[in-house]
Formats: sequence, structure tokens, C-alpha cells
Amino acid sequence: MKDTVVTGRPVVEARNLNLVFPTNDGPVHALKDVNLTINRGEFVSFIGPSGCGKTTLLRCIAGLETATGGTLTVNGMTPDEARRKRAYGYVFQAAGLYPWRTIAGNVRLPLEIMGFSRSDQDARINNALQLVDLEGFGRKFPWQLSGGMQQRASIARALAFDADILLMDEPFGALDEIVRDHLNEEVLKLWARTGKTIAFVTHSIPEAVYLSTKIVVMSPRPGRITDIIDSPLPKDRPLDIRDSAAFIEISHRVREGLRAGHGDAV
Amino acid sequence: MRSSALPVLTVLPVLTVLGVITLLWYVAAVWMNAPWVYDQAARAGAAVDLRGLIGQTLTQERPVLPAPHQVAQGLWDGIAGQAVTSKRSLVYHAWVTLSATLLGFVIGTTAGVLLAIGIVHNRAMDQSVMPWAIASQTIPILAIAPMIIVVLNSMGVQGLVPKAIISAYLSFFPVVVGMVKGLRAPDAMQLDLMRTYNAGGGATLAKLRLPSSMPYLFASLKVGIAASLVGTIVGELPTGAVAGLGSRLLSGSYYGQTVQIWAALFGAALVAASLVAIIGMVERVTLRRMGMAR
Repeated sequence: MKDTVVTGRPVVEARNLNLVFPTNDGPVHALKDVNLTINRGEFVSFIGPSGCGKTTLLRCIAGLETATGGTLTVNGMTPDEARRKRAYGYVFQAAGLYPWRTIAGNVRLPLEIMGFSRSDQDARINNALQLVDLEGFGRKFPWQLSGGMQQRASIARALAFDADILLMDEPFGALDEIVRDHLNEEVLKLWARTGKTIAFVTHSIPEAVYLSTKIVVMSPRPGRITDIIDSPLPKDRPLDIRDSAAFIEISHRVREGLRAGHGDAV
Repeated sequence: MRSSALPVLTVLPVLTVLGVITLLWYVAAVWMNAPWVYDQAARAGAAVDLRGLIGQTLTQERPVLPAPHQVAQGLWDGIAGQAVTSKRSLVYHAWVTLSATLLGFVIGTTAGVLLAIGIVHNRAMDQSVMPWAIASQTIPILAIAPMIIVVLNSMGVQGLVPKAIISAYLSFFPVVVGMVKGLRAPDAMQLDLMRTYNAGGGATLAKLRLPSSMPYLFASLKVGIAASLVGTIVGELPTGAVAGLGSRLLSGSYYGQTVQIWAALFGAALVAASLVAIIGMVERVTLRRMGMAR
């Protein structure tokens, strides 16, 4: 399973996707003519300035937002059907752990709602906490953990029910850079071990380049995709790969894409 | 945690305020009871000096305003001086009031929580129930209490239940208001998280909304229990002074027994303070256990 996932069938397909919000100042084009395919096992980053629609696109994939035009399928279904079938785990910018539950209790939350048996729940909690390196912290309460550990617990919560897709909305945006580097490494390890398809929203160029097999560069007003970069970096990525020529070249291309998008918006 | 190194510094201001209030009370008692003393003296053709005035104003049997020590003695006599089963015992009357208060509080809180759940989950209820709940509280309870007593009496319901219903009528409102706010306390992200699990309204209520509402619930309960007690006492007034702190107030006013009135008032205040304190204790323990203590 671990080695066969790199190129797979499409998991997410967007064709001419449009999303227009009505506001008091007239309609806002949050997404315009978005075309994108995410294949099974890919690690896709969405990068762009605020207002470029990267989070909106992720929320559309999750079925939390509904597009007003075009088609979007997740595992061959509509996003809403996929949401009902619990096709993905979602990680928000804030960990959002319940203070009245232990770490294990928080990971148990989706399992209780989805009706897993008690013994199955325990096994899954152990497994998920192990994946994020939090074994032994199950009985702690959220306030006893650092911000980075809390965010790892929230990733464990998203992993617990074993959805194929992991959607992450700036999960490390509120953490300092050292913690963020560490968690980036962990996420890559997690991705290698689980073979999940990951969609990851970020506004950090190094984070996007370091993590992704595919980088989707977006720009605002209207929110759209300006560049899609397939990363040539190997799957095994130590942190110092960020000093390599290939890494710097991709970073440069991302920056160019962001600048170009910004330029013609003015 | 606050430092407890110098308890004297926190006790001192409290005692000072208490002392000032007691002093003002004594002054007021002398001043308000003086006309009667002068009246008596004039009839007897005697003069009253200041010393005699103070002495006589503070020891009247039916003073306009009883002095603090008279109230304290009345209270003590009512609590400790009688068998608790005696109709003269404040403990007996307090228990009658307390039992109706607790029943009314349970009914009111349950109704309040259920209404709040309905308001949060149902748009029609959201728009229709709240105005009625607010309107219900603008009607003077003194006007509606006798009607409830009379109507229920004609249906054969007497004793505890009618008082409990009046008590519930007052206590459901703070619970509704607090719980609507509390059940809506989870932010958009937490609600989105539940949607990603495809959680239904029931699961969201049980796992997210209700636990999140706990701080609001306790704040409401403190207001609600005090309102419950007031409701019960008001409910005891039109029952014709049978039993309860309300009936002590009423019979005291019939017979000019001001000491009895004040003792009953202080008894009610003690009961209310104890109930609020008990809820406060439960609140502290619960919220600390839930990691929500502020």
C-alpha cells in the first residue's frame, strides 16, 4: 500500500469551478474557473495571499461551501455526498480541542459520533496518537499541552476514522517557525506512512515547496489558479533539502506566480 | 489563586461596612420609633430624656422598625427556640418554602433548557417563543399568582404544586436567556468540525453545544434559584397564611408583628444566599473539572 499510492486515480476533480458570494457591495467572485485534479496519494498545497480563495476551495472540497458553477467531484461523488460518507478528515487553523475532554477523549469524538465500537475506538485512538507522536499523552488535558502538541492532537483526531483524504487549512499558521519545521517533517512522515491524499492550505512558500508533490498557486480578485507546479523533489525530504538548487528554483517559480497574480490584479 | 496571607485585610472592610449598616439601622430605629415613645410619654404626662428615648425605642414590642438585636433575637427564637415541627418555627416555614422553591426551580430549569434547545434548533421557535417569554416576565407576578392559585384550586390542585408553578414561572426565564446564549457559544469552526463528521443535531447538541453552555447555565441557575424563592414566597401570600415564609410575612403584617416580618425576611435571605452559594460551589467544581474555569 505504501509504495503504490504515488500515482493513482483522481480523488478530487474540479472543472470550471466558480463560486460567487452575494454581498452588500455586489457579488464577490471567490473562485473563478478553477480547474484542478488531485490524484490519489498526492500532497497538494494551495498557496496565495489572503482573499485568493485557497481556503474557500478547500471548504468546497469538504462540502462546507457549495460552488455556484462548474463541477467538483470527490471520490467520484459530489462533495456533500463525500462529506456524508466521511471521506476526509479536516484540520483547522486552530486545534479547537474540547477543554472538557482528554486528548484521547478528543480523538474519540469523531469515533463516538460515527458509531465505532468501544474496543475499535481504543485501538484507533492508540494508532492515531502514535501517528502524530503523542502516545502517552492520551490522558492529558489540552491545556497541559503546548500549541504544537495540541495541533498534533487535532491531526490525530482527523486521522482517527481513517478517511483517505486529509484536508488541512493552514494548520501550522499560528505556530512559531521552529515548531512549524518540526511539524512539517512529521506531516511528511505521516503522509509516507499512511499514503493519504493531502490537500494543504498555506501562505508560506518554503512550507508549500517542502511538503508538496503539487503546488497550486492562487491569486485574488477574482480568486483563481495562476500556476500549478509538479514538484520534481524526491519523496524522501530531509529538512536541509531546502538549501538545494531544485528547492530554490521551485520557490522562485512560486514567487513569480504569486507576483504575476498580484500584478494583473492591480 | 488569590493570596490568603492577610485575611484581616479582606475581613476588615467587610466588617466596617457591616458595622456602618448596623449603626445606621439603630439610628433609623430610634428615629422611626420615637413618635410612639413621645406619644406615650405625653399621655402619661412625663418627659423623656435621650437615654430613656433610646432605651424605649429599641425595646418596643411592635416597633415601626425593629432594632437589629430584636430581629436577631426573633430569628434565633424562630430557628432554635421552637421544635422544628412547630408552626412557630422558622425552620418549619422555611422548609415549606424551600420544598416548593426546589420543585419550582427544577420545573423552571427543565422548561428553560428545553425551550432554549427548541429555540436554537428551530427557526420558528426562535422567532415565536422569545417574545412570549419576555412578555411573560413583564406581567407582575403579584397579579398572576392569585389567578394561578385560584385556577389550580378549582381543579383540585393545592399545596406545594401551585406555589412551585409560580416559582417556575419566574425561574425559567433567566435559564432560557442564558441557555440560548450558551448553546450558541460554539464558534463557526467548532460547528464546521461537527459538519465534517456529518454529525446530526443531536450529536452536536450532546457533544458540543451542551458542554459549551455550562458556564452560561450556572450563571442562569444562580439568578433562577433566587427568582424561584421570590416566586414561592409571592405564591404563599394569597393562600391565606397557611404555611411558609410568605405566610409568616403576611400574618406578621396582619397583626403588626414587625419583628416576625423582619425575621422571616432574614430567614428568606439566608435561604436564598445558601442556595446561590451551593450552586456557586457546584459551578466551581464542575467548570474546573471541565477545564473551563476562568
